[in-house]
Amino acid sequence: MNARDQILARIRGAVTGAPDVEVPRDYRGATGPGPGAGTAEPRLIDLLAERLRDYRAIVHVVPEAEIASVVREALARRAAARLVVPDGLPSAWLRPPEGEAVPYETVPYETVRDDPELSAGDLDRVDGVITGCAAAIAETGTIVLDAGPGQGRRALTLLPDYHLCVVRADQVVAGVPDAVAVLVAERPLTWISGPSATSDIELDRVEGVHGPRTLEVVIST
Amino acid sequence: MSRTFLGMPGRALERGFPANAAAAVRDSQLRFNLRKATRTIRGKRASVVAELPDWEGLRQAGKSIKDHTLRNLDRYLLQLEGAVTAAGGHVHWARDADEANRIVAGLVKATGETEVVKVKSMATQEIGLNEALAAEGVTAYETDLAELIVQLGDDWPSHILVPAIHRNRAEIREIFRKRMGEWGRPAPEDLTDDPRALAEAARLHLRERFLSTKVAISGANFMIAETGTLVVLESEGNGRMCLTLPRTLISVVGIEKILPTWRDLEVFLQLLPRSSTGERMNPYTSTWTGATEGQEFHLVLLDNGRTDVLADEVGRQALRCIRCSACLNVCPVYERAGGHAYGSVYPGPIGAILTPQLRGMGSELDRSLPYASSLCGACYEVCPVAIDIPEVLVDLRAKARHPRAERLGMAAAGWIFNRPERLALAQRAGGRLRRFVPKRLPGPMSAWTDTRDIPDIPRESFRDWWDRTGGGQTGTEPRDGAAR
Repeated sequence: MNARDQILARIRGAVTGAPDVEVPRDYRGATGPGPGAGTAEPRLIDLLAERLRDYRAIVHVVPEAEIASVVREALARRAAARLVVPDGLPSAWLRPPEGEAVPYETVPYETVRDDPELSAGDLDRVDGVITGCAAAIAETGTIVLDAGPGQGRRALTLLPDYHLCVVRADQVVAGVPDAVAVLVAERPLTWISGPSATSDIELDRVEGVHGPRTLEVVIST
Repeated sequence: MSRTFLGMPGRALERGFPANAAAAVRDSQLRFNLRKATRTIRGKRASVVAELPDWEGLRQAGKSIKDHTLRNLDRYLLQLEGAVTAAGGHVHWARDADEANRIVAGLVKATGETEVVKVKSMATQEIGLNEALAAEGVTAYETDLAELIVQLGDDWPSHILVPAIHRNRAEIREIFRKRMGEWGRPAPEDLTDDPRALAEAARLHLRERFLSTKVAISGANFMIAETGTLVVLESEGNGRMCLTLPRTLISVVGIEKILPTWRDLEVFLQLLPRSSTGERMNPYTSTWTGATEGQEFHLVLLDNGRTDVLADEVGRQALRCIRCSACLNVCPVYERAGGHAYGSVYPGPIGAILTPQLRGMGSELDRSLPYASSLCGACYEVCPVAIDIPEVLVDLRAKARHPRAERLGMAAAGWIFNRPERLALAQRAGGRLRRFVPKRLPGPMSAWTDTRDIPDIPRESFRDWWDRTGGGQTGTEPRDGAAR
């Protein structure tokens, strides 16, 4: 008998006669009342911001029209000279706000596209990456990327030391069950809750090991 | 199944748990490190679990999903195999550690590479994969910070979640200074024992390796039968590096790690981080389905004794375990003895029930593990999938082969308790001879009284007292002397 058949036979022998089990789902599900249920959406956004800050992410909550200027300020503060921009990122997030006397050419950073695909070494040498996301979970302070438009493949948000992520208000969900319900299993997902961290030395939390050491999040309202 | 290999040094295996623990508790540095770490993490867990009003509902759902999965494990494994294959992955089945190691070594060699990077994985520790690969000329580099500390220190993990919990910052600095250079980029000359500096040294040490290594080996926290999706939770980003950058990814996963549906993740992605690191969510969770972003993907499904555990009606609940390590952190025995005393990659209360079941109870150590507990039940209270560890411990104690003196003693006690008249005679004899009963028993019986007091024997049994006094109506004081 090959290994597969033998393992399956052992399993069948082991559970013969054992009763099956009903699964009670006596918890707050995707459509059930979440922590923000019955409250206005701003409550969820505030909760998301608070929880992300708990992980020591830098968080801005701004009206949609101000995304570009907040992004520009953030990049200037960071002194990020070369920035990876995945395909499909809304160009309005990078464009200087109208009426402001900053021509596009003088934006103080160079944008790098992942086409043709950047090597790991290339990605290691850029200063940061800007992305959107697929969903964000208020209760746990989590951003989920699914490699969709404006997010790029997984390595883009891994190797650069700085990740700037823009979350639209309509992408914020209350809890984990809501996120599981809206996400597509077949896509490669990366759930991000704060910057890379370790507690391996005396349980002291240290932000920044292998992933981006700085996570900055702009939540638009 | 005494052949099942669970990756652990011979030294700890030669002695029973009591001897290992006795040696560990004399190490005051170890006790200080453990006390600090377990207390910290217990507090964090308690506060984030208390935040969720539906924790008990999630716990019961987690328990039931796992029980249902185990009952239908054959069906779900086949469904998973189909889904992974349909998504371009390759599925392999391994009956035991040797077979799994052979499969992985063969896959690595087929790529022509001699180096692999690893994500922290209990399953690959369990089968001793690193040693097996070394024997085939393949070097496996651990990339989790704690696993790196353990690997560089030529040491053994002592905790499921924080494998280097037994080391403090000064010890870690010494290990980095002395050993990093032998494995790759050396530690900086001026390395301090600040955890930030130590983490930075690990980042630099591993960076080049992540960028250049072509093969990665991981485990998985969950596998979704419905979609063929694998899930890895981590903190540092080393997992993302290994899962994303190499051209070939090999995941070795125990067959019990399966969940039926995508939706089931809504339960376990709440239970695991809060129980494990005491966070609302761990920094990074990666999910992938089959061959992803151009990678070649192999899944090795591992039995290695699990189907034996599944056959045991009481013990099979141990297979619900999601390796959160909450039971270690609350266990008064673990907090004092540390992980190495358990002589297995699975320490603490869960190890005390999992190891003897996976490995069998052929050795002194494995027979002693079910006794590595005061049965206080704290482990059951915190278990996110409600494994009744005390119940399994008691069941295993009954199954373990006991020492001859104990078996004779128990047989004699059984003979006496079997008939009331025998018990009455024995009680009267005990009452008469009570002055001659020593505080400690002699010879082979002394092991019993080393850790227990002999109870005071009354002059008169309750039944005799009842007969003599008519149920307390007359002469309630016991008579002088050695009873009637």
